[in-house]
Amino acid sequence: MPKPVPTQQLIDSLLRGDRLALARAISCVEDDAKDAAEIVRAVFAHTGKAHFIGITGAPGTGKSTLVSALVESYRASGVTVGVLAVDPTSPFSGGALLGDRVRMTSHSGDAGVFIRSMATRRGAGGLAKASAEAMLLLDAAGFDCVLVETVGAGQAEIEIASVADTVVVVEAPGLGDEVQAIKAGLLEIADIFAVNKADRAGAARTVAALEMMLETGGAAAQSIMHHGQRMETGAAASESDAEGGWSIPVLETVAVSGGGVAQLRDALERHSAWLDESGGRAEREGRRLDHMLQTLVQAEVLARLERGLAPALRGELVELMQRRQIDPYSAAADVIRKLSR
Amino acid sequence: MKQSQIRVLIAKPGLDGHDRGAKVIARALRDAGFEVIYTGIRQTPQMIAAAALQEDVDVVGLSILSGAHMTLCPKVVELLHAQGQEDVLVLLGGIIPDEDAARLKAAGVHAVFGPGTTSAEIISYIRTAMAGA
Ligand code: B12
Ligand SMILES: Nc1nc2c(ncn2[C@@H]2O[C@H](COP(=O)(O)OP(=O)(O)OP(=O)(O)O)[C@@H](O)[C@H]2O)c(=O)[nH]1
Ligand SMILES: [Mg+2]
Repeated sequence: MPKPVPTQQLIDSLLRGDRLALARAISCVEDDAKDAAEIVRAVFAHTGKAHFIGITGAPGTGKSTLVSALVESYRASGVTVGVLAVDPTSPFSGGALLGDRVRMTSHSGDAGVFIRSMATRRGAGGLAKASAEAMLLLDAAGFDCVLVETVGAGQAEIEIASVADTVVVVEAPGLGDEVQAIKAGLLEIADIFAVNKADRAGAARTVAALEMMLETGGAAAQSIMHHGQRMETGAAASESDAEGGWSIPVLETVAVSGGGVAQLRDALERHSAWLDESGGRAEREGRRLDHMLQTLVQAEVLARLERGLAPALRGELVELMQRRQIDPYSAAADVIRKLSR
Repeated sequence: MKQSQIRVLIAKPGLDGHDRGAKVIARALRDAGFEVIYTGIRQTPQMIAAAALQEDVDVVGLSILSGAHMTLCPKVVELLHAQGQEDVLVLLGGIIPDEDAARLKAAGVHAVFGPGTTSAEIISYIRTAMAGA
């Protein structure tokens, strides 16, 4: 059990780049500890510098291996990198087996790299509730670039589009005839496609399928946007991005050998430069902060609701209603009055 | 009493490919509600200490069946202490003769679990240790 460190001391150490302080601060935001707000409040002025890159894609496509290869590329040019690797929490036990680190062991001993595994806990959409806050902490600790690996995306794991500056969708050949991204609804959130495992048969076919989807995809993305509820995420972004003139590259990579990683890195740099020129950087930061705001308010309101609607209180009110001493509307108003305290 | 989620690092130090036990334990701990970070085989003590720090774990579990425990374990403990993680619970499992287990406990390993230990024993040990901390 970590000895309690005074919060101010933890904050000072974190801002000086102390790694244990950073690690403990991340635990605080994950655990929703009472110091979490104080920490985020204190470091927020020191954030806004890092490039946030999301890496998403179907399970087993090679996201972790690709993250590791990208870290190597960034480190070769002196860029410091923080990594957040998210894996799912078991809905049955509340526990989690976080295995992404197995693919990232070669950076151990490099002080310019910090890797943190994160369970989704109560988060939805392929990230943890605290992911965005942990990203801020890595930014505040001075990392130039933060790579966020989402859980293996299945149906609607597109939360990453609300928090990243650049989204890389990882595909792999041989996962079936249909391209996985299309199935998982990832087409709309990609800034860059990486067709990984390009050493395997079928990579060229996957690239061609994706390129075809992108050419005809404008219409598809729009209709998804108009019928979908999540206007603030990917679909909306891809529409405005199209106006800004970013054309989504489809690249082949072989993460295990580093093949194509230089090209991917180059595409990331170009996207970063494009974000600065087009105003996309500010737009995406706005989206990220809006997302954090919503997450925090929702969590607090839900917590109050759970307290306010406690079974005991409800039982009391139900009894009063049964005795016709109070009507349902007044009972509800009573609960709501208590919530706002 | 720790209110927050308990995080456990499971690592295999040294040149030891016997990873069955480590994986069994990792899964059992997940099913008991812990967050388990698995680092895989062939880890140096330095790699294990760095992972323990970045992951801010409460428990470091080492699995060694190669016979190299007398050099590897004290090194991990020493590195954890040097980086400010004196309070991390260090557990060891695998093929460890009794006399070695005694010496390792003197060197800062909290508990040693040999073949045949049930997951329930290990889970209960961690829960008790965390509740007391
Ligand atoms: C299966 C096995 C293998 C398999 C391993 C498959 C794998 N991927 O794991 C294979 C065939 C590959 C193998 C190879 C070798 N093996 Co072998 N192998 C065994 C054997 C028969 C069983 C090990 C096992 O999986 N047990 C099942 C698991 C569940 O039990 P466990 O690991 O002990 O884990 C339990 C506890 O120890 C504890 N625990 C373990 N880890 C942890 C961690 C934590 C945190 C906690 C809390 C608890 C805990 O909890 C578990 C549940 O009770 C043992 C003999 C034995 N009876 O132990 C020999 C044994 C371990 N092997 C041995 C040897 C010598 C080798 C080889 C060197 C043989 C050779 N000359 O090639 C190679 C080396 C391989 C390598 N790269 O390291 C020796 C080791 C001798 C020593 N330490 O002095 C043993 C003891 C056999 C013997 N009596 O000589 N082996
Ligand atoms: N042939 C080949 N195999 C690869 C390549 N990249 C990764 N792999 C292998 O694919 C498997 C899965 O890789 P990971 O990096 O763990 O994939 P992931 O997408 O992070 O997996 P999850 O996090 O479980 O969704 C591993 O066995 C890798 O070694 C590649 O370029 N070519
Ligand atoms: Mg992974």
